[in-house]
Amino acid sequence: MTTTTPAGADPYAGSRETTEGRVYTVTGGDWDQAFGSDLTGEERLVVNMGPQHPSTHGVLRLVLDLEGETVTKARVVIGYLHTGIEKNVEYRNWTQGTTFVTRMDYLAPLYNETAYCLAVEKLLGIEAPQRAQTIRVLVMEINRIASHLVGLATGGMELGALTGMTNGFRERELCLDLLEEITGLRMNHAYVRPGGVAQDLPPGAVESIREWLTVMPERLAGYHKLLTGQPIWQRRLKDVGYLDVTGCLALGVTGPVLRATGLPWDLRRTEPYLGYQDYDFEVPTADTSDAWGRYLVRMAEMFESLKIVRQALDRLEPGPVMVEDRKIAWPAQLSLGADGMGNSLEHVRHIMGTSMEALIHHFKLVTEGFRVPAGQVYVPVESPRGELGYHVVSDGGTRPFRVHVRDPSFVNLQATAAMSEGGMIADVIAAIASIDPVMGGVDR
Amino acid sequence: MTGPGDRSGVDAGQGAAAPSGGFRKGAFGVAGSGDTSGFGGLVRVEPGGAVALHSTDRPYGGWFDEVTDALIEAVGEATYAAAVPRVLVDRGEITYFVAREHLLTLARALRDDDALRFELCSSVSGVDYESSGGPAATPGRPRLHVVYHLTSMTYRRRIRLEVAVTVEDPHVPSVSSVYPTADWHERETYDMFGVVFDGHPALTRILMPDDWDGFPQRKDYPLGGVPVEYHGATVPPPDTRRSYR
Repeated sequence: MTTTTPAGADPYAGSRETTEGRVYTVTGGDWDQAFGSDLTGEERLVVNMGPQHPSTHGVLRLVLDLEGETVTKARVVIGYLHTGIEKNVEYRNWTQGTTFVTRMDYLAPLYNETAYCLAVEKLLGIEAPQRAQTIRVLVMEINRIASHLVGLATGGMELGALTGMTNGFRERELCLDLLEEITGLRMNHAYVRPGGVAQDLPPGAVESIREWLTVMPERLAGYHKLLTGQPIWQRRLKDVGYLDVTGCLALGVTGPVLRATGLPWDLRRTEPYLGYQDYDFEVPTADTSDAWGRYLVRMAEMFESLKIVRQALDRLEPGPVMVEDRKIAWPAQLSLGADGMGNSLEHVRHIMGTSMEALIHHFKLVTEGFRVPAGQVYVPVESPRGELGYHVVSDGGTRPFRVHVRDPSFVNLQATAAMSEGGMIADVIAAIASIDPVMGGVDR
Repeated sequence: MTGPGDRSGVDAGQGAAAPSGGFRKGAFGVAGSGDTSGFGGLVRVEPGGAVALHSTDRPYGGWFDEVTDALIEAVGEATYAAAVPRVLVDRGEITYFVAREHLLTLARALRDDDALRFELCSSVSGVDYESSGGPAATPGRPRLHVVYHLTSMTYRRRIRLEVAVTVEDPHVPSVSSVYPTADWHERETYDMFGVVFDGHPALTRILMPDDWDGFPQRKDYPLGGVPVEYHGATVPPPDTRRSYR
């Protein structure tokens, strides 16, 4: 640096006085002025990424230590979406709990509901009727496809594959249309209830699902055409976010990330629930332990889910969708009205017109709820992101004493540092996208 | 101990006083008015409320005995007797109540022993058993429970460890040296319940803001709120509202 600058002048930008005030001229290319001729020295840079950043998958904050473009340290900060659902549930009755837990992992609401209801049913010592179990499997597998499509879509967007994003949300909409037809809502359904499901499949739903089943294989195959063979997509994912089976087990990582290391650990197979042992499907694995393997596993899982949906339709038998016990089942089986809301005119006529006792019973059961014998259970299910476990404690009252959710996103996100330290900053995005965390589930 | 809700083996001498206040009458729990539900004649006694105070007798049934024997062999009979004062089998799940000074020994044996192989720590969470329907909590009663769910992928088994500590001395050794996945779980349990995990690499708040006061998931944490007036009627804040017991 040889030029002399007047006192108070900026050494990095030349300036001149004008009638409007001082004007700076920033030209760039002045690294040698700033650092001298030695540009190879150490430069540690701490970058705060998020929580409001389009490619951090929701309100996730990363604190990255950078050495050039290489990440030397990655710290994950969460809690920006903490809504206290676990605490809230303690002040609602057991049936209302469904409405809360469905909002945790909002891309897999039906898994939250089912796992919660399975836990409550285990505490009660009851089992949902066969038809309700089959419907649960049916809606969960539709939900899995919808969830994987979002994972693919947002992951694609973060890597610059915008067509992957628009297509992913387009196909997801087909899944959500089905769920809306069945449950009345696109998301946050509160459809699965302790003892069964809120209402039977509406007329025409089976036909809609069958039609969807004819469309989806071709649509999903389109992703292989769009992305799988594409060189840019491959090079963004291959050997990125590496985590082998030892690392996965140490960090508690489950789901597609674990299966991409070659371990076929899927609770639907290893600890079957809801009759999954009777369905014919494969557990897809990959052996690359990287983001590419996770992409392939998710793609294959969607095809397997289609197989399960098809089998579930075939084994739907007429029957009740809620337990017989009138001290647990809500009094009316609702039917879906034209406005998308559930109603039961016959039941309303019964309680308002003919039976005082029925009205009292309805009122007590809905406002106060039923009692659940004291004790604790842990019920895990295989959600699209891994092991979703519900630890539910009852003190014998009408409200859950404690509900703790072991959310797979929360646990898997711990692997961020192991996956991205030592790699390029651009690969951090790919690594996190391949974990596919949902912050609603992480922060609860 | 057979079916759900069966509390026949209750030992009221273990940590709980006489079951005063532990009575519940009727399926709907009303007091003072008639119970029209038809279940008004039932009276249940729950000395510990949600806390089971008894121990299941051997044999536990199924693979529970196999795991317990393997655990005794791995840590030695004397250590096991000191480390696990009670075992509870309920609803097809086994819970080992563990003394905190032996937790790490047990966890390491459970992970490494060939006959046990609990490779995966699925979940660590807390439960605050204050006001759990039993007698009023006496000072010094260990009301904060830390619950560990361990999974053996090799044998496809799940067990639960439970450690109870008091609010006055809420220290539990961290298992993050055995199960690195427990890192965030323990931070969350600290954040929500104030349980201090000794030996944790960085025990800080994780979900609540860093400068937050108190531990929100404790049962005595104030809910806050103000009365809200609307059209002349007043809705009281959440913790003073009427509710069913």
